[in-house]
Amino acid sequence: MAKMTMVEALNLALRQEMTRDDGVIVLGEDVGVDGGVFRVTDGLIGTFGENRVLDTPLAESGIVGMSIGMAVYGLRPVCEIQFSGFSYENFHQIESHAARLRWRSRGRFTVPMVLRTPYGGGVRALEHHSESREAFWAHMPGLKMVIPSGPRNARALLTSAIRDPDPVIFYEAKALYRAFREEVPEVEETLPIGRSQIVREGRDLTLIAYGAMLRPTVAASERLAEEDGLEAEVIDLLTVSPLDDSLFVASAKKTGHVLLVHEAPRSFGPGAEIVARLVEKAFYYLEKPVARVTGFDVVIPYFSRENSYLPGIERIVRQARGLLAS
Amino acid sequence: MPRKPISLPHPIEYLSILDENGTLDGDLEPLIEPADLLKLHRAMLLGRRFDERMLSLQRQGRIGTFAPIAGQEAAQLGAVAALRDSDWMVPSFRESAAEIWRGKPLENFIIFFGGFNEGGQIASESNDLPLCVPVGSQVPHAVGLAWAMKYRGSDQVAMTFFGDGATSEGDFHEGLNLAAVFQAPVIFVCQNNQWAISIPRANQTRSATLAQKAIAYGMPGIQVDGNDILAVYAAASEAVARARAGDGPTLIECVTYRLSVHTTADDPKRYRSDDDVAVWKKRDPIARFQRYLTDKGVLTPEKIEALEAEIQAEIQAAVTRAEEQMAQMDDPLEMFDHVYAEMTPDLQAQQAELARELAAARKEDSHG
Ligand SMILES: Cc1ncc(C[n+]2csc(CCOP(=O)(O)OP(=O)(O)O)c2C)c(N)n1
Repeated sequence: MAKMTMVEALNLALRQEMTRDDGVIVLGEDVGVDGGVFRVTDGLIGTFGENRVLDTPLAESGIVGMSIGMAVYGLRPVCEIQFSGFSYENFHQIESHAARLRWRSRGRFTVPMVLRTPYGGGVRALEHHSESREAFWAHMPGLKMVIPSGPRNARALLTSAIRDPDPVIFYEAKALYRAFREEVPEVEETLPIGRSQIVREGRDLTLIAYGAMLRPTVAASERLAEEDGLEAEVIDLLTVSPLDDSLFVASAKKTGHVLLVHEAPRSFGPGAEIVARLVEKAFYYLEKPVARVTGFDVVIPYFSRENSYLPGIERIVRQARGLLAS
Repeated sequence: MPRKPISLPHPIEYLSILDENGTLDGDLEPLIEPADLLKLHRAMLLGRRFDERMLSLQRQGRIGTFAPIAGQEAAQLGAVAALRDSDWMVPSFRESAAEIWRGKPLENFIIFFGGFNEGGQIASESNDLPLCVPVGSQVPHAVGLAWAMKYRGSDQVAMTFFGDGATSEGDFHEGLNLAAVFQAPVIFVCQNNQWAISIPRANQTRSATLAQKAIAYGMPGIQVDGNDILAVYAAASEAVARARAGDGPTLIECVTYRLSVHTTADDPKRYRSDDDVAVWKKRDPIARFQRYLTDKGVLTPEKIEALEAEIQAEIQAAVTRAEEQMAQMDDPLEMFDHVYAEMTPDLQAQQAELARELAAARKEDSHG
């Protein structure tokens, strides 16, 4: 098995799916000759040609609208929006059409497209390049919202997303793109969309995270084990919508303490939905109110201050200790 | 260095074949078989009479809001008549005559505007997208469809419809630009009916024509008399042939007029004069076409009378069928269908929740 970065793993998924199915078409700004600004689509145009990898004009709404038409015709477009902060330009194509065409046509037309886009902070970028707005997408009926947390699950989830019959927003944490390498098997691997995973078993408290926040959360759980002797269970959501609450509800019933972590702004963020589910399904098992470590309800600050905005190991550990202190 | 005009590959023409006085330009007259001319005439009349019936159903409170087409029959039918069944049509929200031509049953309109999603059903053999409410947003879909046809080596084309107001939307511009860059086989049909609700054409854009916007994207654009079905058909046929031959997209501006309300929720008296409407009534596309067909000897006043009766019966039968079907459509649990390919566990739980609520309410009713 080769050790790959998330960029390489995503590239592998695209390459394999494009080889398997000539209906898979990659399109977006700078995805061809340039290989994408983060190089996720690197080399694809050389292998598959400019009929499979389209360098498009600068037009996010047009790219997504065109992908919708391609998908209706039976292709499997995978479009890249260069940064999630430029997805507002195509927001209405997803909301008004991609997520609804199946419903509007009563199943006659489906939109099996994937919108890949880098999200989140941590790479010292410009304004509009660091935001985390998964709640926008997760709020839309008819749409799926997937966020991998590392190379191996990114490859497997992207493969599943391309094959999924429904439109999928695929958020790639740019902080993870080259952060670490992981064994990624060359043979095909998929992961079910709509299913979360337990990445660390524990009995004392439950930590819920996803995407770029999984790593500091796991690191925090290790610190808690070493320094406090606390065994935290860590759950990686992987899919934000449809939300799989089975694992975290069961875990909350076991541990009685839940802390959730996301870098999106706090109010109305994914955490709010998780808290609501816990209250509905595990209220009598909770020994303390559910705690959240999140981004603040501000525009993510420029890079000199972004580390104060983003949840880090320290904040997670401190909140976890507070949660367990009687 | 002097300033000099730039010569651009595409000039803008205005095309009229059958003018409002019924005068025909014989040199430009398209070759259409008499049987096909009569089919077009029937479709125009059916479109008009169905529209009138829908308006009365709405006024009686039997259906909800819809957008009438009166006056735009030639623009719609002249364009779709140039398509094959296997081509794709991407409508906006005002293309009922075109949709009927393409095979959508009349009762589906009544059921849909009667407030039931079931009316939005698209038949499995149909290549028409459902109607699209957000103005202009359907334009890039036609481009994607057309690109996919080209990619798959098919000789199909896509045709999309929109109004003059839509030409101000970003998606119109993005769609035309993408189509030209990728030489997609798509025909953009603008029904310039002079108004976008209360905003007149002159306040929508300072362009002298809408057709000229094509020049900016590097595709042919043509303005046609949109109340002249022969002119619309001729321009559309040319554009379709060009697209099929691999020569890319075309923009057609049909200059026409919306004789009725914008939608049934609108009061045009607030913004336009009756005199204006009267001028356009004289340009009615149906009367003009009937004169042409009568002069040609393929239609007679008696035949028109018989056809009117036949159409009324067809519409009445559709209203009866639609109302019978709507009376059966009492199951709100249907709202959970077709959101995803497979219903998610959350949706299953929510559907069960609504089912319980409904059962409890029925029980209370029967006890109360
Ligand atoms: C994106 C969007 N904005 C506003 C509306 C509300 N609206 C519906 S139709 C319309 C005017 C459309 O004018 P035009 O494109 O000329 O088409 P017409 O109705 O005249 O056929 C407006 C503003 C809408 N449906 N979609």
